[in-house]
Amino acid sequence: MKYLDEYRDAGLSRKLLDGIRSLVTRPWVLMEVCGGQTHGIVRHGIDQLLPPEVELVHGPGCPVCVTPVRMIDRAHAIAGRSDVIFCSFGDMLRVPGSESDLLTLKSRGAAIRVVYSPLDCLRIARENPEREVVFFAIGFETTAPANAILAWQAREQGLTNLSLLVAHVRVPPAMVSILESPDNRVQGFLGPGHVCTVVGYEEYEPLAARHRVPVVITGFEPVDLLQGILLVLRQLEEGRSEVENQYPRVVRREGNIVARQWIDRVFEECDREWRGAGWIAGSGYRLRPGFEAHDAEKRFDLSGVISAAPGPCLSGQILQGAKKPHDCPAFGHACTPEHPLGPTMVSSEGACAAYYLCGRHRDSRRP
Amino acid sequence: MCLAIPGRILEIRGTDPLSRTGLVSFGGAVKEIHLVCTPGARALDYILVHAGLSLAVIDPAEASRLLETLGSPEQEHD
Repeated sequence: MKYLDEYRDAGLSRKLLDGIRSLVTRPWVLMEVCGGQTHGIVRHGIDQLLPPEVELVHGPGCPVCVTPVRMIDRAHAIAGRSDVIFCSFGDMLRVPGSESDLLTLKSRGAAIRVVYSPLDCLRIARENPEREVVFFAIGFETTAPANAILAWQAREQGLTNLSLLVAHVRVPPAMVSILESPDNRVQGFLGPGHVCTVVGYEEYEPLAARHRVPVVITGFEPVDLLQGILLVLRQLEEGRSEVENQYPRVVRREGNIVARQWIDRVFEECDREWRGAGWIAGSGYRLRPGFEAHDAEKRFDLSGVISAAPGPCLSGQILQGAKKPHDCPAFGHACTPEHPLGPTMVSSEGACAAYYLCGRHRDSRRP
Repeated sequence: MCLAIPGRILEIRGTDPLSRTGLVSFGGAVKEIHLVCTPGARALDYILVHAGLSLAVIDPAEASRLLETLGSPEQEHD
């Protein structure tokens, strides 16, 4: 397929790998922010082809993974009501809550539908005026325009039975949180290509300067990932800490202005809880005043929802780059994609699922 | 979740900016995609699609520039 196949070229990849090998003079730790990048790196074996000095740790950029148990339990409480049709992206259905997951609830008869696009909920709400239709609006900035347009259209079309359970998160505050952690090892970032397609990368410039960390906005195919790694390493070796754009075929510095306007019309920044990282100031979006009628947390009484303490799953530490999946004693034993204990094993972007599906059952770099 | 894939617009449907859509081919699989965030998208353009919404028109000049740069021995890795 055009714009995919050419960025999977083995010859170009080898050339970039040669460039990386000849560039590196000492150990460096890089984080790829996006779960999609993690899967690309592991699926194509990029982490195993890099020189031993270069370590990749996996970032928090998997919205399914970072959604806290508290929100999963809220979704569960709403989806279990007999008057509700609960709509969600498919990955969210198997994430364990305190007691169960949404897929189990669906198997017991709850009306839970997997949608391809948030905007599919407009039709579902129109076709089911006697039911409450609720969309589980998770995601990073990439998904925010679609969710914003859903809320706007619901209000404009007078769909009083349509609401959103919003658990939106933003990438830059999470990167700052990682950099300011006393355990931080990350020295350079592969920035999130599709997030920046929407919002641009202006917000990353003060981050890179303040924390003296290079950020290279990077795509998702092997040639993109290898060039992103090369550009980060070149900055590190030269002592620079700038924002560079490896992915200019879709990313502009200012992002997509129309999409940003949609986000601003509907959402405002808020503090948000992250699995593993706790509450991070300014790290989320919530609906603006004027959209209360379409805010599921205001439409439904959720005061009785109590969440259990986290179980043995290490996903929180994995999402911070502090642990690798095979550091977890449950990985590949008690926890598999068929029986996940936590979200990083569920999601198609989760680091544990990537490691499991690509046979990384132990750290190949350790003796 | 932030997965977004390129597709080619075969046909534009509608003129209202809010409801304009495109029939988009993803390597032969065709879906109707919302174009509200890419008002400049035209038939035969390649777009980047996430969750049923077009996020960007792919810039062909930038796309080929990267490949030409990497493929050119005299400009190796620059």
